[in-house]
Amino acid sequence: MEPFRSTRGGGVRATLAPAEASLLRSLVGQVITLIAPDGPPAPKPPDDPDGLLDWDTPAEQPETPDDPVLARLLPDGYRDDPEAAGEFRKYTESGLRSAKQLAAQEMLDTLPEAGGKVQLTHDQAHAWLKALNDVRLALGVRLGVTEEFEEQWGRLAADDPQWAAYEVYAWLGAVQESLVQALA
Amino acid sequence: MSVAPAEVDLPRSADKTVSDKPWVTIVWNDPVNLMTYVTYVFQQVFGYPKKKATKLMLDVHHKGRAVVAAGAREAMEHNVEILHGYGLWATVQHDN
Repeated sequence: MEPFRSTRGGGVRATLAPAEASLLRSLVGQVITLIAPDGPPAPKPPDDPDGLLDWDTPAEQPETPDDPVLARLLPDGYRDDPEAAGEFRKYTESGLRSAKQLAAQEMLDTLPEAGGKVQLTHDQAHAWLKALNDVRLALGVRLGVTEEFEEQWGRLAADDPQWAAYEVYAWLGAVQESLVQALA
Repeated sequence: MSVAPAEVDLPRSADKTVSDKPWVTIVWNDPVNLMTYVTYVFQQVFGYPKKKATKLMLDVHHKGRAVVAAGAREAMEHNVEILHGYGLWATVQHDN
């Protein structure tokens, strides 16, 4: 990979090897699947006027996701106040999911299929920043990464099945770092 | 029936309450987010100069958390929503 560089007009550019492009495509696609909203749609008011008041307002109070990766991607807005956290989640979670999906999709749309030159506007670069960060958060949580990441990695045996994932995680950090540097 | 008070101006003391900014936005340390990225997000979201954004980032890193903004509850919730969009671990809290 040729790291990100700033271009005239506030954009950035980089060059990706074919294998790097397909790795990014796969990881971002996995995040999109992960944050896709599920569950039944909220109940709607009935069409019949006689039943106008006879329906339940969406009482559903979404809770912190059980999956630690989702809980990190869609965190609580309040700590030590489950009621306020539930209210906050009720009004913001679906918007947050959509925003993350949009950023991820924009990254996929601007990521050349077979690798090569990547040219991004400032806004597209921001979508990449967010989407790359979500991939790193997801992978970081799955690997149980701490601030002593280098030491954790160093302790792994060369034939450890997690070795490749550590390598990918480190590489993603370098990609994101070069993108931040190019934008800052 | 009641009688309206003759005084229509708000009492002076109501102009300044004990705390004008009772709510805060807090960002918590996490092992994944890059230091340069967190600084950049603070600059972008709050319009802070690089020096201030860097100081706040270092506070998060060393102290485990930092108050990055204060104001009305709705504004703090809006901040948190935006910060979650960037993948930062942020919460709203009553500043007491």
